[in-house]
Order: sequence, then C-alpha cells, then structure tokens
Amino acid sequence: MYRSQVLVCGGTGCTSSHSKEIREAFESQIRDKGLDQEVKVVQTGCFGLCALGPIVIVYPEGCFYSRVKEEDVAEIVEEHLLKGRIVKRLVYDETVAEEGHIKSLNETNFYKKQKRVALRNCGVINPEVIDEYIAMDGYQALGKVLTEMTPQEVIQVVKDSGLRGRGGGGFSTGLKWSLAAANEADQKYVCCNADEGDPGAFMDRSVLEGDPHAVLEAMAIAGYAIGASQGYVYVRAEYPIAVHRLQVAIEQAKDYGLLGKNIFGTGFDFDVEVRLGAGAFVCGEETALMTSIEGNRGEPRPRPPYPALKGLFQKPTILNNVETYANIPQIILNGAEWFASMGTEKSKGTKVFALGGKIHNTGLVEIPMGTTLREIIEEIGGGIPGGKKFKAAQTGGPSGGCIPASLIDTPIDYDNLIAIGSMMGSGGLIVMDEDNCMVDIAKFFLEFTVDESCGKCTPCRVGTKRLLELLNKITKGNGTMEDLDKLEELCYYIKENALCGLGQTAPNPVLSTLRYFKDEYIAHVQDKTCPAGVCKSMLKYSINDDKCKRCSLCTRVCPTGAIEGTVKNPHKINTEKCIKCGACKDACKFGAIEIH
Amino acid sequence: MKSLEELKAIRDKARERIAVREESGEDGIRIVVGMATCGIAAGARPVLNEFVEEVNRRGLQGVSVTQTGCIGICQYEPVVEVFEPGKEKVTYVKMTPEKVAQIVTEHIVNGRPVQEYTIGSYQK
Repeated sequence: MYRSQVLVCGGTGCTSSHSKEIREAFESQIRDKGLDQEVKVVQTGCFGLCALGPIVIVYPEGCFYSRVKEEDVAEIVEEHLLKGRIVKRLVYDETVAEEGHIKSLNETNFYKKQKRVALRNCGVINPEVIDEYIAMDGYQALGKVLTEMTPQEVIQVVKDSGLRGRGGGGFSTGLKWSLAAANEADQKYVCCNADEGDPGAFMDRSVLEGDPHAVLEAMAIAGYAIGASQGYVYVRAEYPIAVHRLQVAIEQAKDYGLLGKNIFGTGFDFDVEVRLGAGAFVCGEETALMTSIEGNRGEPRPRPPYPALKGLFQKPTILNNVETYANIPQIILNGAEWFASMGTEKSKGTKVFALGGKIHNTGLVEIPMGTTLREIIEEIGGGIPGGKKFKAAQTGGPSGGCIPASLIDTPIDYDNLIAIGSMMGSGGLIVMDEDNCMVDIAKFFLEFTVDESCGKCTPCRVGTKRLLELLNKITKGNGTMEDLDKLEELCYYIKENALCGLGQTAPNPVLSTLRYFKDEYIAHVQDKTCPAGVCKSMLKYSINDDKCKRCSLCTRVCPTGAIEGTVKNPHKINTEKCIKCGACKDACKFGAIEIH
Repeated sequence: MKSLEELKAIRDKARERIAVREESGEDGIRIVVGMATCGIAAGARPVLNEFVEEVNRRGLQGVSVTQTGCIGICQYEPVVEVFEPGKEKVTYVKMTPEKVAQIVTEHIVNGRPVQEYTIGSYQK
C-alpha cells in the first residue's frame, strides 16, 4: 500500500515540455531515497490547465505543483515526499490559502465552475492501466446494458438524456442510434470520429490520452444498441500518444474479455480496430471519413443515403465523436434525468472547450451548457493578459464565427451560437483582444479551408480560393466597396452549393466578421488602414526624430538596408525598401520607431 | 469477463489502490505524522507506513494519512496528530508502529482517543 502517490501529467502538452523526463526523475530519485515501497509515481492524462504545465499532483495532500522542471524534482522528493514539507514556490499560487494551507483544486477559479463528465477521469487515472478505469466504475455501464437492458431501452435513455453530437452539427445522438438500429442488415458498424482538425481544439485528443477506455466502453454500448459487432476508431496519425494509449486500452480490454466474443457471458460480440488518418481536415466529415476507412481517398459523397442506412462498406453505420462517446457510460450509470438536469432547454449536459489565444489560463475546460462567454473568459480563463480589452471570441474553428464583445453575456449552447452566426463545432474557443484584426482572422481561417478543401466540388474548390483572393486584396489596401458586396454574395453562394459540411461552413468566418466588424472592413477599403495594426501592407514605419538618439542601431538590424543614417546624423526609413518586419522597432531602445 | 461480479471484484480491489487520490474533504478524519528531521530520526517513517497499512486493511473511508513538518515538540517525536471535524485535535507522542493498530481501532473507528499515548499523559 502506498502512502503517497505522485501524479505526473502525460498529455501531449505536458509531454512536449518534458513531463516524461520529470516522471523518470521522480521514479529514480524515489528509488534512491528508498521510498519506492511507500510512494508511487503515476502517469495520467491531461489535467486541463495546460498553461501551467508540466503539472505534478501529490496525494494525499492534493498538492498541485505547476511548471515543474526536471531540476525541481530533487527538491520535491527531498522536502515533500521525505520530510512532509510542501515546496511552496512550485505550488500553483491559487491553491495556497492563508496560513500556508493547501486549498483543494476545485476551489480555484479555473476548476470551480467546471463540471467534468467527459473529462472526469482525465488527470485522475493512469490511462494505460485498465484496473484504474474499472476502479472509477469503468465498464459497469456496459455490464448494465448487456445484462439488464434491451437495445431499445438503451437508445431511449440516450434519447431522453438530450445528448447531442459534440463534434460539430449537434445532431441528437439517440435519434442517430435509433435510425441505424431500425435498418436491418447482416453487418452494422460503430465508428468513432477522432479526426480532430479544428485549429486550437484538442479535447478529443485529451479524452483518448486520458481516458481511452471510456470511448471503447461507449462504442460497445452503441454496438449493442444498434446491433453492430465491429467498431472503428478513426484517429489522426499526428496524435501518437493518443494512438498508443488507445491500442494499449484495446489490448487490455480484450485480455479482460470486455471486448471480443461473448462479453459478460451474454453472447454479445464486439471488437474495435484503430484506423489512422493522414490528417486531412475533410476526413472529419462523416462520409469522407468512412471512405477513408474503406481504404479510398478521403472525399465526401452526397447524402442521402445517410450513414444510418448506407455507411461504411455500404452497411448501416453510426459515427459519433470522441467527446460524445465519453458521456455515454455516465448517462447509462446515472440516468437520463441526471444528464438532462445539466445545461439549457435544448442543449443538455456539459461541453469541453479548448481555451486559447489571448487568455491567461489556456487549456481544456468542461462546463455546463449555458455558461456565458463572460464566465468562461473572465472567471475560468482568468481574463486577458496585459490589461488589454476583449474584442471577440472565435468558436467552431474554420466552420464557426466570431462573437463580438457586445454579446459576451450570451449563454453558450448550440442554438444560441447558431443564432449569433457562429457554431459549437468541436469546441475550440480562441480569445482575441484589441490587437487582433478581424479581416486578418477571416483570412487566416480561409487560408486553412483553401488548403484543406478536397477539391471534389467546384463551389468549395474554386469558391473559397476566390474568397481568399478578395480578402487578400482588401488587406493589401486595394479593395473597393463593391468587393465587400461581392464577398458577401460569394459566401452565400458557397454555403448553398458546396457538397459537404466543410464547404458549407467555410464562409462562416467571413460572414460573421462582416456582420459584427464591418467597420473594420470599411476602414481597410476606404481609409486604407488596419485599425488593429496587423495588416502589414497598410502599415507605414517612420522614425520620430524627437525621440531618436541617432545611435544607428536600427540601421544595423534592418535586414533590407531600408534605414538611412549614420551615428549622430538623422535616420530615415526608405518605405520603398521597408518590408515592415518590425526588427527596428524591437531593437530601438527609445521608442522612436512609429507605426501608422 | 464472464460476469458483473467478476468486474465488481476487480473494481473494489483497484479502488483501494487509488483511494489516496480522493479528496477526503472537510468532513474526513486526518491523521498527520510529523516527518521533519527530528521525527524521521525518532522513527516516524515506520509509524506513517503502519497507519497507511492499518487504515487500508480496515478499508476505512474518509480517512487520510498525511505527513507534515516539525511540530515543535521534538523531544516527544514521533508525533502524530488526529484532526476530526468539530472535535479538538488529539496529539499522540512517542509513537511506535505497535501503538498504531490500537489507535486506529479505538480512536478512528470507535471515536475514543487512547489517553495513555497522548501528550497530556506524558506531560504529567
């Protein structure tokens, strides 16, 4: 029995800041001190507060160490584990109460308003040990449905819970299952969409890395509900840790007989295989994903027929996203009413958001639907660094839109987001401050969709390219007012005519910024200025002669030799040669370089 | 996996191993062992481990065993403090692993502090 356990985050974020080396250092130093029979080191999934990584939690105190470095390990082992003295300088400052007591993590602003359902085990268990998942009631839900419930009852519970797809459109999960269950076939399939591609979103990766068995259990439950015996997880190869843990989990579940033949002696068979995607964004679209699993080039096809009738290998198929599945075992164990008691009228439960951009606490947060944007940004996220003003939040990635500061009190759920011209998408939430140019943001997402368009249908292939050209023209200061009209018209045309979700939603970033930030577009077109000072072509660098001390430093750092002047003589920027890189501004110690 | 019972057996066993990660909360009993240099030198480590074993052996819920630094009464080490919500703190001194089982049985389980091991008895 271990008196103390040291949990080290093994998510992708912390791993990239050397949490693996930290874990190994703990293991070897604990051994050196002869504590290896008393203290256990555990690798877990993501704790969510990635901004403070690498993260180490020591139990039973529940002491939350943040930004731990390899060289800090010796001190934690010597002081905390050996002598019981918490290393205060490394403790997350929000958890240090008066008199030096350690507060529970759940009392910190970041975790206080969170309600972890899909992420409940992330950062709590070792994802590579099936017993730890079972200790948290894992596979109990599967046992319950197989021994006590009919497939119809399972579908009814999922329907009653009000769970909607967490990957994008927000379609009712129970309804999806019932459609596939109603179609007779010799073989049906259960697929899991782990092809997370939105820039900034990483909740699916975190669930797979932190709690892979929850997804497997849910897929088996879905298999029982619709009458399928085979499942596929389609995950991108860029997620090596997630892929590895998923494969470990599948092996362990097979060893325990929780996947495979005759599960719980009920005669129900279910198997799961992993399929790796090469990282094309379009493969997150359901028909393209299935085409890719079949071994073909990942391109969408027209619907109908819907996958519930003809999906993978032309058989009835359901496809749900990772986060959607992660909710299922909890819904079965706690009941539909429990789940439906959280959230808003039409959006039940919780949603995981990946907080990023101009915000203090970047990371993963899971909150009840209906939480306002203000609560997410100001309370959970800890506000915007540098005292800057909040300008907008971008949700839904390249398919979503921007929410302006005036709508910061909007309760976030599926329908409210659609109503204000954005969408839930997979839950990326990028915060922007006054230094972000909204035309530039629209351009950024358009560049992404132009790159990722599969090229099958013309509206998307050609249309998005033309949209990007218009945006480039505007940000270079060559746009006209007619271009703005053209831009809007083309957006609607693409929305109506593209084949799949990628193309149909690609214009959203442009439309929503046109809707809320038209004045910025007009400033680019009429005044030829970028109010946020982002669009390079419109910037002019000049030297304020009063502040300039004639040190000639700028002339030396300028990569193009655009600054004329020698020591003790006035300096001048030749705008013809200037590439607006900002090197002179960074170098000048007197703030003499001005940008207009 | 052939039955739900089999799964539950694995769960109950596995739960013990991760119980230390649950927060005992405000209403739990805390057993705190002084583990500064003075405590360790006087033999606090076996005492701490024995408490962990004993609490686990009895499968007690809501009881946490933690360590702390020097309490300031080094001549009485190893020192163990028991915090129960709503009750006065009880301080045991000159602890040995042999005394642990008795304290867990009488104090933690039955709510009767073992007077003869407390600091009050020693100071008289």
